[in-house]
Amino acid sequence: MQKQIEGSRAVAEAVALCRPEVICAYPISPQTHIVEGLGELVKSGTLTPCEFINVESEFAAMSVAIGASAAGARSYTATASQGLLFMAEAIYNASGLGLPIVMTVANRAIGAPINIWNDHSDSMSQRDCGWIQLFAESNQEALDLHIQAFKLGEELSMPVMVCMDGFILTHAYERVDMPTQAEVDAFLPGYEPRQVLDPADPVSIGAMVGPEAFMEVRYLAHAKQTMALERIPQIAGEFAQRFGRNSGGLVRAYRCEHAETIVVALGSVLGTLKDTVDELYSDGLKVGVLGIHSFRPFPLAAVRAALQGAKRVVVLEKSFSVGLGGVVSTDVRLALSGLQLHGYTVVAGLGGRAITKASLARTLREAIADKLQPLTFMDLDWRIVNRQLEREAATRRSGPIAENLLRDIGAVASKVH
Amino acid sequence: MLQVRFHGRGGQGVVTAAEMLSIAAFEQGRHAMAFPSFGSERTGAPVLAFCRIDDREIRLREPILAPDVLIIQDPTLLHQVDVFQGLQPDGYVLINSTRSFDELGVGDIVKRFRHERLTNVPATEIALKHLSRPVANAALLGGFAALSGLITLDAVSHAIRDKFSGKVAEGNVAAAAEAFDYIKKELLELTHAKTD
Repeated sequence: MQKQIEGSRAVAEAVALCRPEVICAYPISPQTHIVEGLGELVKSGTLTPCEFINVESEFAAMSVAIGASAAGARSYTATASQGLLFMAEAIYNASGLGLPIVMTVANRAIGAPINIWNDHSDSMSQRDCGWIQLFAESNQEALDLHIQAFKLGEELSMPVMVCMDGFILTHAYERVDMPTQAEVDAFLPGYEPRQVLDPADPVSIGAMVGPEAFMEVRYLAHAKQTMALERIPQIAGEFAQRFGRNSGGLVRAYRCEHAETIVVALGSVLGTLKDTVDELYSDGLKVGVLGIHSFRPFPLAAVRAALQGAKRVVVLEKSFSVGLGGVVSTDVRLALSGLQLHGYTVVAGLGGRAITKASLARTLREAIADKLQPLTFMDLDWRIVNRQLEREAATRRSGPIAENLLRDIGAVASKVH
Repeated sequence: MLQVRFHGRGGQGVVTAAEMLSIAAFEQGRHAMAFPSFGSERTGAPVLAFCRIDDREIRLREPILAPDVLIIQDPTLLHQVDVFQGLQPDGYVLINSTRSFDELGVGDIVKRFRHERLTNVPATEIALKHLSRPVANAALLGGFAALSGLITLDAVSHAIRDKFSGKVAEGNVAAAAEAFDYIKKELLELTHAKTD
C-alpha cells in the first residue's frame, strides 16, 4: 500500500511486519522516532506478541537483545552515534556469539564536538565488528532492507545493521510502498535458532576460547560473511520477485555501462548524485554512479566488475579515517588492485554539512579534468581552518578549537571581553 | 519540480506544515518529499522546513536553495534571517501577518517579484479563532492552496486529518478553509482593481 509517511515510521511499521518478539529501546536522535513508533504498535496491540523493553542505556539495549536472541526470540533495537559507541562491547559479543539481532543505525556524526547531524562515522567505527552492514538509499529501501535483514541474519545466524542516514531519511516524509503482513509472512519464515537457551535441552553459550580454537571461531565468522556475499543478491532477487522492486543487493550501478568516470557512494547521497550525473550526462560527460548497498561483507568482486571499465573512480564518502583519508576508499582501492585507474577520495557531508548538486558537479568536473586532489574535503571552509592554524602557530594557549571556529564564523559570542 | 521553503520558529509547527503539504500532494497523486533542517531544536529558534513536489520520484536531497514558494510562518524572522534568499523570480510568498508587505518593511524587496503571487494572511488570528491556539500552519496551507492553485483545499483538509484527529483536526480544517476564502477574496479584489 502506498503511503506518505516519515522514514522512521516506515521502518517501525516494516519491523513490526517482521514480527519481532523483543524490542529494546533507548532514545537517541535521530533514531528515536523509530522505537517510539514501535512502542505505539506494541502498546496498541498491533504488534503482538512482543515485549517492548525500555532499557537504561544503549549498553543495556544490546545486552538485552543478546539475551533475548539467545533465548530464541527475534530481537530488534535501534541506535545512533554515541549510542552505538556506548554499546560497542556488546556489539562484538552479539556477532561473536552469532546471534541474528537486527539493529537500525540512524547514521549520525560522533563527537566531540557534539553534533546531532548525519554522517557515517558511527557505523564505520564498527566496520570490523563482525555485523553485516547494509546501507539504504531511500526510505523505501530502508524499510525493504529491514525485511531482508531478518531473513539474511537468521539464515546465517549473524547480526545485521541496517544503516540509514539520520534526519535526511529518518525525518523525511516520502512515498513508500508498505507490504502487507501476508506478503512479509510469505517472504520471512519464523525464526529457527541454531542455538537456544532452552531449559528442556540445556546448553551454555559464550564459552571462553583459548588459542586452540579462537582463530577458527573468527574464521567461521568471516566464512559466514563470505556466504552472505552470495545470499544478499539472492535474497534481493527473491524480494524483487515478490514485491516488484529492486532493494538491497551488493551494489547497484547507474549509468555505469559506458562511463569514463564512476562515483562510488553509500546511502541517501546516491539520489542527489544521480540527479547530478544526469546533468553532467546532458553536457556529454560520461559519469556513472555505483551505490554500495552491502558494506560488510564488502563486495570486492562486484565493485571491481562494476569499475574496471572506467578511467577514473571517485569515492564520495561521509566518513573519514583521521590520519589516512577515506574509509570506503581504502576498500574500493583493494577491489581495484592491479588496475591502473585514477582514484580520488572526496570526503563530504561530515556532521550534516549539506551535499549540494552544485558542489558535486563542480567536484566531479575537476575529477574529470584530473585536477582534483587525491583527497579532497568538499566545501571545506579554508578561511577558518587557516585562521585556527595561524592562531596555534602564534600562541601556545590558543584555546579550544571548536569554540574558536564558532567565534570566527560568528555563530556564538561566548567570549565576553 | 515545485520547491517550497517554510520559515518559522521551533514550536510553531513549521516541520508539520511541510509534512502536511507533502501528504496533500501525495493525496493528489504526486510525488513529494518533506524534510526539516534541524538548526537547533529549541522553542523559538529559527527553523526551516522544506517540501519538494514533482510528477516523478524525487531523488534530490539537498536543502531547498532556490525555492518557488516561501511560506513565512513568523514575520519576526523577516529582519533576522534572509528569508528571500534564492527565491525564483516568479515565486510565491505567503506571510503570516495582519500587516502588508510595506508595513512589514519588505515592500522594496518584494518589488522584484510578481505582486499577484505575494500576499499576507492573518493565519495566527484565524488559528486562534478555530483552535484557541496560535498554531498557524494549517491556515497557511489553506492560504497557499488559494494563492497558487497548486494544491486543492480538499487535499489540505485530507492531510490535516491524516496528521490530527478529533477536534484538533476539525479546528485546523476550519482554519485552513477560512484562510483559503480570505485569500480567494483578496485575489478577487486584486483582479477587480486591475479591471477598474
